[in-house]
Amino acid sequence: MALSRRGFFKLSAAGAGGLLLSRPTGARAWQSKAPPDALGCLVDLTRCIGCRKCEQACNAVNQLPPPAQAFSDLTLFDRQRRPDARALTVVNRYHSGRVDAQGVLQPDYVKLQCMHCQDPACASACITGALSKRADGAVVYDATKCIGCRYCMVACPFEIPAYEYQDLVTPRVMKCTFCAPLLADGKVPACASVCPTQAISFGRRDRLLQLAHQRLRDQPARYTPHIYGETEVGGTGWLYLSAVPFERLGFLRLPGRPLPRLTETLQKSLFSYLWSPLVLFGLLTALYRRNQRKTMPPDTSLTPPPGGAA
Amino acid sequence: MNAPHPQPAPLRRPFWTPGVLVLLCLVGAAGITLLLRFSGGIGAVSNLSTGRPWGLWVAVDVASGVALAAGGFTTAALCHLFGRHRYAAIERPALLTAMLGYTFVVLGLLVDIGRSWAIWKPVIFQNHHSVLFEVAMCVLVYLHVLYIEFLPIVLERLRQGVRLPGRLQRLSAPLMTTAERLHRPLQRHLWLFLIAGVVLSCMHQSSLGALLLIAPTKLHPLWYSPLLPLLFLTSAIAVGYPMVVVEANLARASLASADEQAVLTPLAGISRYLLGLYLLLKIADLSWRGAWPYLLEGSAQSLAFIIELGLGVLLPWLLLLSARLRRSRRGLFCAAALIVGGVLLNRYNVFVTGFMPPFSGADYSPALGEWLITAGLIASLMLLYRLLVTHLPILVPAAPAPAVPENRPQEDRP
Repeated sequence: MALSRRGFFKLSAAGAGGLLLSRPTGARAWQSKAPPDALGCLVDLTRCIGCRKCEQACNAVNQLPPPAQAFSDLTLFDRQRRPDARALTVVNRYHSGRVDAQGVLQPDYVKLQCMHCQDPACASACITGALSKRADGAVVYDATKCIGCRYCMVACPFEIPAYEYQDLVTPRVMKCTFCAPLLADGKVPACASVCPTQAISFGRRDRLLQLAHQRLRDQPARYTPHIYGETEVGGTGWLYLSAVPFERLGFLRLPGRPLPRLTETLQKSLFSYLWSPLVLFGLLTALYRRNQRKTMPPDTSLTPPPGGAA
Repeated sequence: MNAPHPQPAPLRRPFWTPGVLVLLCLVGAAGITLLLRFSGGIGAVSNLSTGRPWGLWVAVDVASGVALAAGGFTTAALCHLFGRHRYAAIERPALLTAMLGYTFVVLGLLVDIGRSWAIWKPVIFQNHHSVLFEVAMCVLVYLHVLYIEFLPIVLERLRQGVRLPGRLQRLSAPLMTTAERLHRPLQRHLWLFLIAGVVLSCMHQSSLGALLLIAPTKLHPLWYSPLLPLLFLTSAIAVGYPMVVVEANLARASLASADEQAVLTPLAGISRYLLGLYLLLKIADLSWRGAWPYLLEGSAQSLAFIIELGLGVLLPWLLLLSARLRRSRRGLFCAAALIVGGVLLNRYNVFVTGFMPPFSGADYSPALGEWLITAGLIASLMLLYRLLVTHLPILVPAAPAPAVPENRPQEDRP
C-alpha cells in the first residue's frame, strides 16, 4: 500500500517535473514559420465607403450562393454581421461618434475576413494539416484532407472559419482564401482589385507595413496611431488603419505572441522522438519486473491474477 | 473476501428488467436522432455554430468519456505494475468499462465530426504540431490495446467450452482450439500491453487538457492555465478508482455481483491522496496565476467553477479523509459519485461553460438532439456492459458460484 502510493506520487512528480522543466528550454527553441515574402492587404478604413463591392466580388469569384439580400441593399448595415459559410467577407457599419468638419456624424465601415495570420493557430491545430500557410502568405484549406473536427474554429482567435453544418456528406470549413488561385497567377485578390476607393492595398506585407507607417506619419490627425495586425497574435497578413481606436470598431484586443507557440513547444519538447513515452515505458517496465519478483512467492495464497504473467 | 477463491464468472441474470427497458427507450430515441443527424447534417440536430464549434458531444462523449475510462489503466497499473494483486476482483470490470468507454468515445466522434467517413485520414495526413493529432493517435492505439487486454477474458470463456447456436455450431470446436493456442502466448506478452496502455493513457489524458491551450483568448481565466495538461492527467488518475467504486456499487445493486467493499475501502484510501494532489494542484494553479478574484465575478463561469471545485473535489476529498466513511458502503459511494460528477463538470466547463467565443455562440446550450444522442450512447454502453457481464467471466457473482446456477429472480435494489 505504502509502496504503491509512493510509486504513484513518483510517477506524477516525474510527469509534472518533465512538463515544467521542458517548457523554458523549449520556448527558446520555438521558431515562427511565417513566410519571409508573405503577401498581405492593408485596409484603410478611413477610405471605405461601405459600397459592398468587395462582398459582391468575393461572392462571384468563390462561386458562393446568391445572398438573401441584394448587395445594393444598404439596410443590411442596421445589424452587425459576421462572415459565414455563404459570405467569406462582410462589411459592417459602426457609429463611433466621429464627426466631420460640419459636425455631422460619420459612419465607419469595417470589412471582415480571414486575417491570414503569420503563424495561424488554425493551421497549427488542424489534425490533418488541411489548413496551411502558403509561402505567398495565404492560409488555405484543402477539403480533401479535412475530417470535420472543427478544431480550427476553436483555435481561431478572430472567430473566422465557418462550417457547412447543413451539409451531410462533404461539409467544408469556409473562410476567405485570399483568392489563392488568383495569387498563384500573379493576380490581385478580387476584393482588392474591385475596391473603388482603393481602401484595400495589396502587396508584400513588409511593404504594406512601411506604407501604413508612412500614412500614420504623414497624416497623424487622420488616424488612430496603431496598425491592427502588425503585432496581434504575432502579426497578420491583413493589416488595418482606422480613424478611431480599434476597440470601438469591434476589433479584439489580442496578445502579441503567436498562439501556436505554447502548444507546439509542449508537443515538441515532450514528444520529439517519443522520448517521454519511451522513458515512461522503461520506468514502468522496471517497476513491473521488481514488483513481480517481490510479490511472487507469498502471493500464491491469494487469488491468482488472471491477467498476470505467471 | 467472502469466499476462498472468488473467481469472476458469467452472471446468470435475466436480461429483461425495467431498467433495461428504460435504456432501450433511450437508445431508440438516440437512433431516431441519429437518422436526422445522418440525413440533415450536424446542423439539423445540434446548436453548434461558427462561434461554438464544440459542444456537449466533445465535452461529454469524448472528453469526459476518456477521463471516466481512466479506471482501466489506473487499475491495471495498481494490480500489475505495483503488484497489488488483492485488487484483482475489480480489475476486469474496470477494464470492461475502459474498453466500452473508448469504443463509445470513437462512436461519439463519428457523430460529431462533419465527415465521419474520413475519420481514418489523420493516419495518413499527419500534422505533428497538432495536439489533436496526438490525442487521436493515442486513442486509436489505446483502443486496440484495450481490446487485446480484454481478449484473455474472452479466451477464458471460450476455453470453458462453447456451443454456438444453429449453423455456427460447426465453428465451436475450431474456436475453442484457437483460444487454447492463443492463451499462452497472450498471457506471456500481456504485460507489454498493460504498460503500453498506461503510457498511452498518460499521453492522451494530458494532451486532452492541452487542446484549448491554443485558444487563450477564448477560455475563461479560471480554467485557462499552462498547467491544463497536468491538471487533466491528475484528475483522470484521481477519478479512476472512484469510477470503479461507483460501478462496483451499481453492479452489485442491479446485477447481484459480489460485495467488493473489502477492496473498495483501501482503494478509497489511495484515492484520498490522488484527489488531494489534484486539489493541491488546482489551488496552486489559481494562486500562481492570481486567478482567485475571478471567483467573485458572479458570472455563470465563476459559479460553475465553485460548484466544480467545491462539490466535485473539496467536499469528496474531506469525506474521504474519514476512515469510517471509507468503510461505509453508502458514504463511499456518495463521495465517489461526487468525484465522478466533479470531473464530468470540469470537462464540461473547460469545453463549454468556460469557452467564451468573442462574437457569437456565447449563449449556447445543447439542443435536444445533442442530449438525446449523448444519452443514447451512454445507455448503449450500459446495455453492452450488462450483456457482456452476463456472458463473460468479468464480475464475481454474489453467491459462491454453484455447479447448477439458480435463476432466482431478485428485486433490483435501488
